[in-house]
Amino acid sequence: MELLRIDDISKSYSNHQALSNVSMTIPKGSIFGLLGPNGAGKTTLIRIITRIIEQDSGTAFLNGDEITPELVRKIGYLPEERGLYKKMKVGEQLLYLARLKGLSRPEAVSRIKSWLKRLDLTEWHGKAIEDLSKGMAQKVQFIATVLHEPDLIILDEPFSGFDPVNANLIKDEIFKLRDDGATVIFSTHRMESVEELCDHIALINKSEKILDGKKLDIKNDHKDGTFVVIHEGTLATSEHYELLGSERTEIGLTESVVKDKTDGGPNNLVKELIKDVEIHSFIEKVPTINEIFISKVKGGSHE
Amino acid sequence: MNNIGLIIAREYLSRVKKKSFIIMTLLAPLLFGGFMFVVAWTATKGSDTKNVQVVDESGLFAEVFVDSDDNQFDYTDVSLEDAKASVLSGEYDGLLYIPSLDVDSPNGVIYYAPNNPSIGMVSGLSRKIEAEIENIKLTRSGIDKEVLESLKADVDINTINLTESGGEKESSSIGATAVGYVAAFLIYMFIFVYGAMCMRGVVEEKTSRIIEVVIASVKPFQLMMGKVVGIASVGLTQFLLWIILTITISTVAGAAFMDTKADLDKQQIEQMEAMDIPQGDMQDLPQNDPNIMEKLSTAVDSINIPMVVVAFLFYFLTGYLLYGALFAAIGSAVDSDADAQQFMFPVTIPLIFAIVMLSAVLNDPNGSLAFWLSMVPFTSPVIMMMRVPFGVPVWELALSMVLMVGGFLFTIWLASRIYRIGILMHGTKVNYKTLGKWIMMKN
Repeated sequence: MELLRIDDISKSYSNHQALSNVSMTIPKGSIFGLLGPNGAGKTTLIRIITRIIEQDSGTAFLNGDEITPELVRKIGYLPEERGLYKKMKVGEQLLYLARLKGLSRPEAVSRIKSWLKRLDLTEWHGKAIEDLSKGMAQKVQFIATVLHEPDLIILDEPFSGFDPVNANLIKDEIFKLRDDGATVIFSTHRMESVEELCDHIALINKSEKILDGKKLDIKNDHKDGTFVVIHEGTLATSEHYELLGSERTEIGLTESVVKDKTDGGPNNLVKELIKDVEIHSFIEKVPTINEIFISKVKGGSHE
Repeated sequence: MNNIGLIIAREYLSRVKKKSFIIMTLLAPLLFGGFMFVVAWTATKGSDTKNVQVVDESGLFAEVFVDSDDNQFDYTDVSLEDAKASVLSGEYDGLLYIPSLDVDSPNGVIYYAPNNPSIGMVSGLSRKIEAEIENIKLTRSGIDKEVLESLKADVDINTINLTESGGEKESSSIGATAVGYVAAFLIYMFIFVYGAMCMRGVVEEKTSRIIEVVIASVKPFQLMMGKVVGIASVGLTQFLLWIILTITISTVAGAAFMDTKADLDKQQIEQMEAMDIPQGDMQDLPQNDPNIMEKLSTAVDSINIPMVVVAFLFYFLTGYLLYGALFAAIGSAVDSDADAQQFMFPVTIPLIFAIVMLSAVLNDPNGSLAFWLSMVPFTSPVIMMMRVPFGVPVWELALSMVLMVGGFLFTIWLASRIYRIGILMHGTKVNYKTLGKWIMMKN
């Protein structure tokens, strides 16, 4: 089931193309990583989804309906550049933002109360934002994003400015929201959080989508038949495999990275390796999202 | 639409609840009332008495200089040098030296003083000497002074406005001028103060980056209009409170001032009138010049008060909307208050121009200059308020109002085009060319 469908969206500013013919679908209940280097067009895409700006062509659908200003209320958006009214009190501010999203006053008040409790901010209810630490203000902003229980939550670099404790707290909240039925789009260039959180990713580079799909599928697609072997003895490139590098481990063994040239699968490679060295460990090297990201982005820039 | 209501409420409450708003609202009438009181008080009290020594070598002016509240004169026979010494020693504030002079070419009169004397003081002395010399000349040519007095005439012209309904009403230029000036200046100040507030509000939203959160919930146009209207309500609130408080304070101060039974000159009466003192209070005025009372009440009667009030409220609001939208657009285009200066200047020029032209309009409130300036929406709020107390044909007022509505709809449209792009732009160097591009840009 798809929640969001981006259909052939293009957008150009006066002097450059920000998005060209981008299409993707975001499954319901997923945590979707929107990746890309700075200036790739992530923020433009998000702003088109939230209807802050209008695309030149193409359409965005939420639950099958074209996104209208009314439908935007079902989206919660945490922009990368955080900001709240500095002089306004925490409670008033949340109430204001929630009511702009269409919540009734009593409903908003009770949800604010429970969220402040959940994130340990109850005693700050009556304080002005400017009196809060940066981390606390970020939490308030997170609450503002999810208070109206949106179907789609868009988080742009949600962990910047959080210490590890609070980052974990927010991470848990993101999982909880997903379990409660929300779909999360998660825009970032911090790959370790993508590995940890996302089940789907899309990679945008230079205004074009160059990759998307399930994280697992993408990783499998990018396996290039390299294996990490820990062994006794010396390895050298042969007709069956290519030695990409080796280094000594602490306990006197050697850890080598080899590329399979046999085309016969891991067992076949092991068979060949056994002939040359004593194997202590053998594992396939699965590429990290970071490696895929870098190779894709670099590859793109070479073309 | 519901969102606009929420935005207006936030803009309004967040400002009205501020300490600075409460303090300004309470303090301004106190300062204003206090200021009026001090002016009135010093005007009646006059300045300190000056001791002036007179060395009259001509002997013609022995009876001329008599002591008054302002000056005390001592005639002396000592030499000029000795007299100067006594001024320097501080015994006297000044020394008037009159050499033995020829009445046909009276030159050589000198006033010595340690400091520059006031112009009023010097011209007072010179008038006395001139008058005496005139008397001497009259006597010499055989004309009796009383005969001369009887030749003089004193005529006051009363102006009467003819109305089409056949009625006649006595008009008063003085009253109309005062009302017009006060109304025009209030509109000018309101536009400036609250327009700038609008701009700062937008800059604050932009620099604190809340804008993107809010803009994901409401349209930029709603946000801009909410802010402009919310701040207008703040202004109206403050303005109403000021009127109420000022009337209260000036009534109290005025009553205290009346107790001194001092003479009020015309100017002060105008000031009091400008401050909307209820007519009842005026009855307490000392009745030593019944003519003033008469003039005063006709001054107020001749002005079409309801028309002035309606026009004031209309131009007050529409003028602010017209300029407030432009100020909001400026705020959206810049990254800080400091950057805003270069754009504020051209926006404020028509407003300043209108104020500068006020006296020219006053010379001929129904002339063609006044007519055209009160038709152009950028100057009409100030200029029309100057004209209305003098009476403006209804069709002119209606046309001006229609143009005004068109004008503010236009600036709001223009501003919203700039605003929707500007609020999301950070760190861009903005000049007029980019603003033009934004206006033309599709969404």
